[in-house]
Amino acid sequence: MAKALLDVRNLTISFPDSSPVRELSFTANEGETVAIVGESGSGKSLTALSLMRLLPNAARISSGSITFAGTDLVSLPDRDMRHHRGRDIAMVFQEPMTSLNPVMTIGGQISEVLRLHSGFSARQARSRAIEMLDLARIPEPARQYDEYPHRLSGGMRQRVMIAIAAACQPKLLIADEPTTALDVTIQAQILDLLDRLRRELRLSLLLITHDLGVVGQWADRVVVMYAGRKVEEAPADELFARPLHPYTRGLLAASPRLNGDRHYREAALTEIHGSIASASRESGCPFLPRCPIGIPTCRARFPDLLTASAARHVACPVTIVEERSHGAAVGIRA
Amino acid sequence: MSSIGRLAKTFRRTALQAIPTVIGIVVINFLLLQLAPGDAADVLAGESGSATMETVAALRARFGLDQPVLVQLVAYLDNLAHFSLGFSPRYNLPVAEIIGQRLPGTLSLMLTALAIAIVIGISAGVVMASFSSRWPDRVISIVAILFYSIPGFWIGLMLIVLFSVKLGWLPSGGSETIGAGLTGAGALLDKLRYMILPATSLALFYVAIYARLARAAMLEVNTRDFVRTAAAKGLSPLSITLRHVLRNALLPVTTVAGMHLGGLLGGAVVVETVYSWPGLGRLAFEAVMSRDFSILLGVLLLSSFVVIIANMMVDLLQAWLDPRIEVR
Repeated sequence: MAKALLDVRNLTISFPDSSPVRELSFTANEGETVAIVGESGSGKSLTALSLMRLLPNAARISSGSITFAGTDLVSLPDRDMRHHRGRDIAMVFQEPMTSLNPVMTIGGQISEVLRLHSGFSARQARSRAIEMLDLARIPEPARQYDEYPHRLSGGMRQRVMIAIAAACQPKLLIADEPTTALDVTIQAQILDLLDRLRRELRLSLLLITHDLGVVGQWADRVVVMYAGRKVEEAPADELFARPLHPYTRGLLAASPRLNGDRHYREAALTEIHGSIASASRESGCPFLPRCPIGIPTCRARFPDLLTASAARHVACPVTIVEERSHGAAVGIRA
Repeated sequence: MSSIGRLAKTFRRTALQAIPTVIGIVVINFLLLQLAPGDAADVLAGESGSATMETVAALRARFGLDQPVLVQLVAYLDNLAHFSLGFSPRYNLPVAEIIGQRLPGTLSLMLTALAIAIVIGISAGVVMASFSSRWPDRVISIVAILFYSIPGFWIGLMLIVLFSVKLGWLPSGGSETIGAGLTGAGALLDKLRYMILPATSLALFYVAIYARLARAAMLEVNTRDFVRTAAAKGLSPLSITLRHVLRNALLPVTTVAGMHLGGLLGGAVVVETVYSWPGLGRLAFEAVMSRDFSILLGVLLLSSFVVIIANMMVDLLQAWLDPRIEVR
């Protein structure tokens, strides 16, 4: 197994009156695409920001560690953290329409990061920035270099954002809902671009999304978050083939699938009853108020993360039993 | 479109719009001044102390003041069409010449004051925003409120008391050392010494406005997404502030500063009087007292030009600062 590039352990992010991310652990290996999936309010975006140490002022990392290429980022002084940002870890944000500086040319915004970290001259940075625009599949890159963001469509702006993020060939690229604000037809192109960059620049991709369709097609491994906790982790194909956590099952049942046996025209998609707001007061499993298969022990405390197989973990005492017997059954047959 | 082409187009549009504006200003000013009681002949007659009805009538006839208002207006517009501002009964000189003598003094005072206000105001605003709600912000806020609320003439008098009377560092009035016969750099330095106090008194009020405006704009821009992008690039807080936030925050400040350029002339009346500065503000004030309408109209016309040119410059500046502002 490849060495973990990013190793997040027991990460807890706190605001003065709440902790939207609790005891979160996951890893990302070199060259791998890891997806963090969850609905709004599950803490996935805060997790992404915490990796860059760009949390909002009121939030802080109250415990846990983030080890990136052997360095603990949590305790790193600001100056050293700045050295990593944009160079080793880069981020693409959700809102391409507002994430670019409206009064700087797009080329200038790419050159800026190159000059900062690579020590390029203005001329070198310009030619490299044009290469990056080309790599991001922006037509006529040399001409677009001097264009301002407002003249570009959302999809093109997101390509520029990706070109900025990938300019210094970071080891880890974090994409926080990179396609949410975009047209469906553009989404696939943007994800395709990210995936191509991952292969060509040999970087790890951390994909934050609420869209299971995105996950199924592009991710190697999936971390499912609910109310700030990791509830399930699995290789993408296994997760889709046999989801374990009742929340994951609910999510999959609620997603339309092209080759699914049921179509929304014939039958309504199922939904997960209740809302994530019900998680706030629970001391036990945060999903319990919405869970169809909860048992009394779920109420006492958050269920331990149990290992189903080498790469599969789930925080549900009910389904793990099923899974283990399933595994045993497979074992007997073999 | 290239940025030069964009600027040229903005410039052309503004210049075309200026022509009807100027004509409107002239006509309205002319008619308004006719409403004021008395005319230059009355004042001249009053000052001479022994004028008869006949002399007053003769004076009126000489300056064309006995004509109907519309005829006077047409005559004035005719003068303007021939690039003449008319003749001043009081100074017995062409108006253009009188204004020409005073204009450099006022322009240099106004522009120096505005430059001081913009540079100090924006710097103070940047400091306030960077330390928002910590002590540098609070201290500068209090100072700004003081500058904002203290009248200019009082600040002028106090500066004279401190720097001219007590410390003796700077001259208390005038615009250059009379009879010093300085040339080149020496003359410039001499003028600067005379400039410091009046320009500062004029500027402090605007320093306060720009500081508060810049602070608010910086704090607003700070919350935008692209600032987070800049941080994600690994830029230092200082480069984020200067390269990304400041330029976006300058827009509201330039808008207001452009409007102030015209208003500065009004403030200059007081400051020019306190520092006996030979400028247009005082000239206009004296012209009102002596009902010398041809001078007053000239000054008003000129100040309308100043406002129009200032607006044009603000348009250009904004088109340059913000590429999203385009020719409409």
